[in-house]
Amino acid sequence: MNNTYTVSSSPHITSNESVSRIMLDVIIALIPAAIAAVYFFGWRSALVIVVSVISSVAAEAIYQKLMKKPVTIKDLSAVVTGILLAYNLPPTIPLWIVVIGAVIAIVLVKQIFGGIGQNFMNPALAARAILLAAWPVEMTDWQSPVIDGVSAATSSATSSATIDGVSSATSGATPLAILKSGGVWAELPPLWDVFIGKIGGCIGEISALALLLGAAYLLFRRVISWRIPITYIATVGLLTWVFGNDGLFTGHGLYHIFSGGLILGAFFMATDYPTSPVTPKGQIIMGIGCGIITTVIRLAGGYPGGVSYSILIMNVATPLIERYTRPRIYGEVRGNA
Amino acid sequence: MGFKLFSFKGGVHPPDNKHFTENKPIEKANVPSLVYIPLQQHIGAPCEPLVKPGDHVKLGQMIGQQRGFVSSPVHASVSGIVKSVTPMRTPQGSKVMTVVIENDGLDTLDESVKPKDIDNLSIQDMRRAILDAGIVGLGGAAFPTHVKLSPPAEKEIDCVILNGAECEPYLTADHRLMIEEPDKIVSGLKVIMKVLDAKIGYIAIEDNKPEAISAMEKAVSNESNIQVVTLKTKYPQGSEKQLIQALTGRQVPSGGLPADVGVEVNNVATAAKIYEALETGMPLIERVVTVSGQGIREPKNLKVRIGTLFSDLIEQCGGFSCEPSKIIAGGPMTGIAQHSLEVPVIKSIAGILVLSPEETKDEEVWPCIRCGKCIEVCPINLMPLSISAYSLKGDFDTCREYNALDCIECGCCSYICPSKRPLVQSIVVAKNEIIAKEKSNNSNKDR
Repeated sequence: MNNTYTVSSSPHITSNESVSRIMLDVIIALIPAAIAAVYFFGWRSALVIVVSVISSVAAEAIYQKLMKKPVTIKDLSAVVTGILLAYNLPPTIPLWIVVIGAVIAIVLVKQIFGGIGQNFMNPALAARAILLAAWPVEMTDWQSPVIDGVSAATSSATSSATIDGVSSATSGATPLAILKSGGVWAELPPLWDVFIGKIGGCIGEISALALLLGAAYLLFRRVISWRIPITYIATVGLLTWVFGNDGLFTGHGLYHIFSGGLILGAFFMATDYPTSPVTPKGQIIMGIGCGIITTVIRLAGGYPGGVSYSILIMNVATPLIERYTRPRIYGEVRGNA
Repeated sequence: MGFKLFSFKGGVHPPDNKHFTENKPIEKANVPSLVYIPLQQHIGAPCEPLVKPGDHVKLGQMIGQQRGFVSSPVHASVSGIVKSVTPMRTPQGSKVMTVVIENDGLDTLDESVKPKDIDNLSIQDMRRAILDAGIVGLGGAAFPTHVKLSPPAEKEIDCVILNGAECEPYLTADHRLMIEEPDKIVSGLKVIMKVLDAKIGYIAIEDNKPEAISAMEKAVSNESNIQVVTLKTKYPQGSEKQLIQALTGRQVPSGGLPADVGVEVNNVATAAKIYEALETGMPLIERVVTVSGQGIREPKNLKVRIGTLFSDLIEQCGGFSCEPSKIIAGGPMTGIAQHSLEVPVIKSIAGILVLSPEETKDEEVWPCIRCGKCIEVCPINLMPLSISAYSLKGDFDTCREYNALDCIECGCCSYICPSKRPLVQSIVVAKNEIIAKEKSNNSNKDR
């Protein structure tokens, strides 16, 4: 028996959890939305997704090679960032802008701050915000759904909705814009169309149905908890119902929930691990905070990105929230801990 | 009560791997020709040796006397001649003065080993007998039992819990004991309840041991104030604080003891030993050890004389079935990895695990992604990721603010971590630093 044995600290067994498995789960959960995007917008949206993923992964690998760091693309986190970035772009976006966006997300927002787990803002959303400031026209060139090739006609004047209520130069008023100007029901696309995604918008945000399928999978796999997304969505629904119209309690809460980027943002972006609180109470504050800011931007603000900006603002508040929401420990003695 | 499963917040579900040994009756292990008996096998001060090389000792003879109240004597587990008294490494990792006895094979009983008249013993005498028998907690902590049974007078103990959870994967020593000797356990519990003047006794068992539950239920069928309760199978269900919370809803205050909430917890094996010590007068000289893991050819539950070397037991279990990656003293979640097999079984060792590379999976460590799973599983509700991060930075004051000292070192955080970070290890480092700093501060004040 002249073996050598490994000596290390306990525990000596580990679970099957892994970073790449979590990322794979997120990718799986994002697939229905990609299918919806191709269905409603055509194959160009798939091209944008592919270009975004490839450039994100390449940006990570090249940066790490240049910096002589271990290349960590096998953790799949760059793939997730690539998909989420694409989901926040219009389907007509020029591909070179996609590449620039991926480099911004991976290098500027993620790697420079130390790589996975260290970024203080959601990489995809921060990149989107920068792209929106740099190329406002390209970033808001909404395309109507191309389903059956005639959908533009069937959904008439309201053929396009944007992420947060800004209509493009090429289309008429969006559901959110109509709501803002007084909410005439007749002018709105049917709620069902908004729910399944037969509306204009960014690639990954249009189909609430597809996103909710993915979200259910993430909740089932316990990759995310209900706390941030449910409080976020409930806050927006409640506040827009109360304040979303001329009289109190007459707003269209459901419309606000299913249009724009709320479902995508609430389940897939606000829950981003490094940039949202790890404490249960903190997650609830994150959700409510995002909801309030989103509602304020939608109802009172005049610029796109209600969901994106509210999440980005709450991202930077995360360390502060965490500091004040440390969980009460077992047997904690009040005033003594 | 039987319908509700008792549980606690947090925890993990590692594969229990009890199938290796759960159906194997306890066998007597061969008594070795040499036994190595460390003079400190418990939490507390080491013993004073009572023997020197060349002395004849008899089975059950006290060979190390306790020093101070929190200490526990040790006894000869064979009869024979003392070969040497020398520092040796124990499975706990430190070097301890150890009495090496050459077994004469006769098991000549020491005169002090005499049955006690349980029914007519005073409470004081019972405590004394438990102390003299060298009984310590057999669940793993090896805290001297007589200390547990002497709570401060102002603390009223209303409830005694016997811990039969055995939540560590692989281990089945308590499981088998509950099946094979339930009456001893119940008798031991009755002694504990009498000493503490407690009204209720619970025997808590995880629901993955139905055979043990029914054996214990049968054994308590005539006891009106003792109940067998079924716990949800979840690690660390057998942790003292979690067990108390699961059964009574009470939380032991941070930095406090179970007695603060009127509860005492003892292991089922400890209770059986208490009874044996009174019934036969035999001190703690042997215990049940589960030898298991994929790397052992014939996993077994063995009744082992204290001081038997790991290598002897592994040989009795057919040796290795593969090149083992780790040898663990204890369970896989909290046990201690060994670098050598030439260490003796001491009172706290409930298992020896020979783990294959497949079982231990030596994995790459990734950066923390802040998924928060460690917070979710922490039974104390700590923030392991934060304590670990501050510990790695050397900021132990902040670790303390994050309640590092409350960590029970169950290992759930390290187990669940998708980045495979050794969280509990860095928290233990912080705890040691905090305690060391506190000690030096106190001694400065004294000056």
